[in-house]
Amino acid sequence: MTPWSSPIDLLAALFLLVAFAMLSQRRLANLITLYAWQGTILTFSIAIVAYATDSAHLYASALLTGLLKILLVPALLRRLARRLDVQWDRESLVQIPTVMLIGLGLVIFAFNAALPIAAAGHIANHAIVGIALASVLLSLLMMILRATALSQVIGFLALENSLIFVATSVTYGMPMVIEFGIALDVIVGIFILGVFFFHIREQFDSLDINHIERRED
Amino acid sequence: MVLLWIILIPLMGAVILGALGQRNAGFSGNIAVSAATFFAACLMTVQVLDGGSFTAWHHELFVDTLNVFLVDLTAFVALTTSVFSKAYMQAEVRLGHLNAARLGLYHAMYQIFIFAMLLALLCNNIGVLWIAMEAATLSTALLISLYRTPAGLKAAWKYFILCGVGLALALLGTIMVYFAAHSVLGPHQALLWTRLYSVRGRLDPAIMMVAFVFLIVGYGTKVGLVPLHTWLPGAHAEGPTPISAVLSGLLLNVALYAIVRFKALASGGPMADWPGQLMIGFGLVSVLVGAFSLGGQRDLKRLFAYSSIEHMGLATFAFGLGGPLATFAALLHMTAHSLTKSSVFFTNGQVAQTAGTKDMDRITGIVDRNPALGWTLMASSLAIVGTPPFGIFASEFLILIAAAREAPWSVPLLLIALGVAFAAIFRRTQAMVFGAADGARIPTPSSLLAPFVHLVLVVVLGLAIPHILAAWYTGAARLVGP
Repeated sequence: MTPWSSPIDLLAALFLLVAFAMLSQRRLANLITLYAWQGTILTFSIAIVAYATDSAHLYASALLTGLLKILLVPALLRRLARRLDVQWDRESLVQIPTVMLIGLGLVIFAFNAALPIAAAGHIANHAIVGIALASVLLSLLMMILRATALSQVIGFLALENSLIFVATSVTYGMPMVIEFGIALDVIVGIFILGVFFFHIREQFDSLDINHIERRED
Repeated sequence: MVLLWIILIPLMGAVILGALGQRNAGFSGNIAVSAATFFAACLMTVQVLDGGSFTAWHHELFVDTLNVFLVDLTAFVALTTSVFSKAYMQAEVRLGHLNAARLGLYHAMYQIFIFAMLLALLCNNIGVLWIAMEAATLSTALLISLYRTPAGLKAAWKYFILCGVGLALALLGTIMVYFAAHSVLGPHQALLWTRLYSVRGRLDPAIMMVAFVFLIVGYGTKVGLVPLHTWLPGAHAEGPTPISAVLSGLLLNVALYAIVRFKALASGGPMADWPGQLMIGFGLVSVLVGAFSLGGQRDLKRLFAYSSIEHMGLATFAFGLGGPLATFAALLHMTAHSLTKSSVFFTNGQVAQTAGTKDMDRITGIVDRNPALGWTLMASSLAIVGTPPFGIFASEFLILIAAAREAPWSVPLLLIALGVAFAAIFRRTQAMVFGAADGARIPTPSSLLAPFVHLVLVVVLGLAIPHILAAWYTGAARLVGP
C-alpha cells in the first residue's frame, strides 16, 4: 500500500477541496459540475485502492461509482434543473466567509474525532479518515444552509459520496451486494425526488424551502 | 425457504398490484397478498416453535426470539390494515379526496413498504438492514404525499430529507461497525448478526462507541426520538389513514428493533453501560416532550402522532434500563403499542372521514352519530393512555417497576408524563365522543372490524400474556443483555 498512499492522500485533499467549493457555489449548474468532479475523485480513489489491494470487487465498485456518479446522476440532475428552469438562479447564501470559517472548524473537529478510529485500524495515514469525516460534516452543513430543494438534494448526494469515501478509505469498501443496494437506493431516490419537485412546484410555485416552511397548512 | 417466501410474497404482490392499477380488484388483491404474507409468517412461527432459531438462504436471512414476534406482528397489522384500507380508501375515492388513478401506486407502494420492513426484520446482514430501511423511507415518502395537498407535500419533503440524513448517519455507523468487526471476522462475515454476536466482546470499544452514537442518531430519527422527531407528526397526519397506522404501528418498531440489535452488540464489550445510558437519555426526553406537546394539538391525527413519540420514547427508555424485566416490558410495550396505535389511527381516520374534518374542535357527538364508532374511539383512546385492562397498562406498569428498581429518579418524571398524556388525550376524546351530534346518524362502517380485532388482542395481552409470547420475550431479553 505504501507506494500508493501518496496519490490517495492527494485525492483525499482534492475531495475536501471540492467539498468546500460546493459549500460556496451559488449556481445550481456549477454545483452539479462540482458534484460530478467529486464523483470522479471518488472513482479514482476506489480504483487506486483496488489496484493496491488487487481486489476484483473494488474494480467493479469503481466502475459502478464511475457510471453512476460521473455520468448518470449528474445527467439526471442537469435534466431536472433544465426542466425546472432553475439552473442559473443565484442562491442567496449566508456570508460565504462565515460559512468557510464554520467549515474550517468542522474539519478540525473531524480530525480530532478520527483519531481513535485511525489508531485502531490498519490505515497508514489518519488524515484520510479525518478528511472523509470532515466531508460528511461539510455536506451536512451544506444541506442546512441551502434554501432550495434541489441544492439540498445535491448536498444529500454529496453526503452519500462522502460516506462511500469513508467506507473506501477505512475498510477498503463494503461488500459488493451492499454497494449495489446503496446505489439502487440512490437512483430510485433521485427519480422519486424528481417527481416530487414537480408536485412541489405545482403546489407552491417555488422550490424555496423557506417559502414552503412559512406557508400555513 | 419460508423466510424467503415471507419477503418475496409482498414484493411480487407489489408488481401485480401496480399492474392492476385503479381497478377495484386492487383492494381485494392487496388483502390477498397481505393474507398470503401472514400465512407464510405463521408457517415460519410453527417452524420456530418446533426447532428454535434458524437461518436461511446462505445465512442471509435469520429468525430468532427477538425478531420472530415482530415479523408476526408486522404481517398481522399489514393484513388488518389492508382490510381496513379497502373500505376506507374506497370511501376516500368516492368522497373525491383521492384521484382513483393513484390507487395502483398506493397498493404497490404499500406492499413494497411491507416488503422493506419484513426484509429489515429478517435479514441477517447489517448492510441489508440499512438498504431495507432506506427502501421503506422511499416508498412511504410517496404514500405520505398521496393526496398531493400542500401540507402533504411539505410533510413528505420533511420526512424524506430528515430521514434521509438520519439514515446517512446510520450508514456511517454501519460502516464503522463493519470496520470494527472486519479485523476480527474478515470481510465476508463481518456484516452478519449471527457472527457479530459471537465476537461482540472482542470488537474495539472505541470504534463501537462512535458507531453506536451514529446508529442511535440515525435510526433514532426513524423511531422519532426527540430532537429528531420533527418529521413524525406531519408524516402521520397528512398521509392516508392506513399509512398512518402502519407508519406508527410498524415502521417505528422496525427502526427501534435496529437500535436494540446494535445495543446488544455494543454493550457486549468492556463498556457495557453507556449504550443503555444513551438510550435512557433519548427515551426520557422523548417521553416528556411527546407528552407535553399533546395538549396544544388541534389536529386529530397529529395528537396521536405525538403520542407515538411518547410511547416509542418509553420503549427506548426501557431498553436503555436493560436487564430481563425492563427488556421484557419494552418488548411487550412495542407489541401492545403497535396493536393499539394502529387501532387508534383506524378509528381516528374513520371519525375524520365521518366528520369531514381533522380539527378536533369541530368534531362532536360521534357516539350519537354511530355508537359503535364512538365507543371504539373511546376504547382505543383509553387503551393508548394505559388504562387497564388493556396491554399498554401492563407494559407501562412493568416499565415503572423496572425504573423504580434501576433508576428511581426517573419514576416521578415518567408518572408526570403519563398523567399529562392521559389528561390531554382523554379531554379531547371525551369531547369528541360525547357532546351534541351535528350530523345525521351513519351506518356502522365495515372498516371497524380491524380496530375491533386489535382491541380484543390488546385486552388479551393486558389480562394474560400468552406463554409462547412470554417465552420469546424472555429469550429476546437474554439476547439483548444488560
